[in-house]
Amino acid sequence: MSDPVLRLDGVRKSFDGHDVLRGIDLVVEQGEVVALIGASGSGKSTLLRTINLLERVDDGQIWLSGLDITDPRVNADLIRARIGVVFQQYNLFPHMTVLENVTIAMRHVQGRTRRDADAAGLELLDRVGLGVKAGDHPDRLSGGQQQRAAIARAIATSPEVLLLDEITSALDPELVTEVLDLVRTLAADGSTIVMATHEMAFARDVAHRVVFLDAGLILEQGSPAEVFRFPRERRTQEFLARFRA
Amino acid sequence: MTGPPLLRPVPEVSPVELQRRAYRKRQGAKSVVISLISTLVLAAIVWVVVLNTPGWARVQESFFNGEVFVAALPRVWDGFLLNLRVLAMASVAVVLVALLLATIRTLQGPIWLPLRALAAGYTDLFRGIPLIIVLYLVGFGIPGLQLIPFRVPAEIWGTIALTLTYSAYVSEVFRAGIEAVHPAQRQAARSLGLSHAKTMRLVVVPQAVRKVTPALMNDFVALQKDVGLISILGAVDAVRAAQIETAAFFNFTPYVVAGLLFVLLAIPTIRLTDWYTARVRAREQVGGIV
Repeated sequence: MSDPVLRLDGVRKSFDGHDVLRGIDLVVEQGEVVALIGASGSGKSTLLRTINLLERVDDGQIWLSGLDITDPRVNADLIRARIGVVFQQYNLFPHMTVLENVTIAMRHVQGRTRRDADAAGLELLDRVGLGVKAGDHPDRLSGGQQQRAAIARAIATSPEVLLLDEITSALDPELVTEVLDLVRTLAADGSTIVMATHEMAFARDVAHRVVFLDAGLILEQGSPAEVFRFPRERRTQEFLARFRA
Repeated sequence: MTGPPLLRPVPEVSPVELQRRAYRKRQGAKSVVISLISTLVLAAIVWVVVLNTPGWARVQESFFNGEVFVAALPRVWDGFLLNLRVLAMASVAVVLVALLLATIRTLQGPIWLPLRALAAGYTDLFRGIPLIIVLYLVGFGIPGLQLIPFRVPAEIWGTIALTLTYSAYVSEVFRAGIEAVHPAQRQAARSLGLSHAKTMRLVVVPQAVRKVTPALMNDFVALQKDVGLISILGAVDAVRAAQIETAAFFNFTPYVVAGLLFVLLAIPTIRLTDWYTARVRAREQVGGIV
């Protein structure tokens, strides 16, 4: 059997003595869509940030396709290039056009020519429905369009896994659908996705597995049907009850 | 598909809006009258205080003499061209050295400590020393070492001294700009796999430069007039030429000529700075009136 795309083993992280992750074990297989749910402060974002090496773990190990990426000898830039991230606040580069945002990693990390990258970038923008916006700067786009451009930027280098950190939380409600539809398409195309989300209906629809984080620990996980319909843990029941109200 | 109607009826304006417009018009007229009166009053004061002083005729003769003005202009202008050359060289050098300093100061990790400390010491030192002392030390001190076998013209030493002082200031402006770029931008760039250096070059510095452009242009205006200080090293620039002409004519008008040339040089930059700042502000707050 081949290595899973991601394997986390006893990952711990604390900030100023406050334990945010208290020993996370998680395996994500090729093509799997995993939804991280849990209250604010449960550690979802921090977990994604440690996977992408934006935070250094205090203990434990993370393997990306069999490579221990918590080993200080690995080149963090090379690892980050293999992982796509989309942030809550889009974080597009405001001084570049949408196309330049999408092609920057192809040009400056993968070393592809501008022409080659532009062609690939335009194709990608067409896929996310932003072909006509290629030459615009991000501030001319709606929040939903910016987030779709950010997704295009994240998948431009064909990363092995895509991390989505509450990508619809900053959007007006009427703009959420267009972004989620795009994620749905990526999931259907076989992308490996780990997403922190508050969109329970979407998690139920699209995720293969739902992981409930509580105070820095995975309290329970399973198929959406199991976790949403028959949550075993009391904390999970309480958390989900707040979304049903 | 139906397009928009070719002739849209002019919307009727409500009586309330008409009243508001009339009120604003009255207020506008009032402020025009007030500004006219205050300008006249100021002009009258200047006339009474300056032009009616007992010594005015003599001052006018020795500072605003038309004949001397015309006679001195060619030489002062020639000197001014040297100022422009020094300005061009110094401003390019300042930007390059300042960017280098600012980048060094943002390097992370203990390996870079000596370089960081050196850059910090440099900015401390050259922001502290008066420019005129730097000019003396560089312009007379370095040639005194007899390190270079041939004679280096004074304006080159002047350019180096200006670069030393101004790059220390400008590097702090760049550094402020680099730190004003939101950390999320850096994280987004790094998460794409861009190295620290590429993140700085492609993402952080371009945004930082945009943020600090008005401050940089202000420093450029200051540099425009400080290039006149190279005259103390003996370079025949506008100020030195004016000094020579003043001695020849026993009249101070050549200094006024030089001063006027520097002001004429500064005005376009100042207007450009104002325009740019206004444009940035207009873009950041769309449609506000305050």
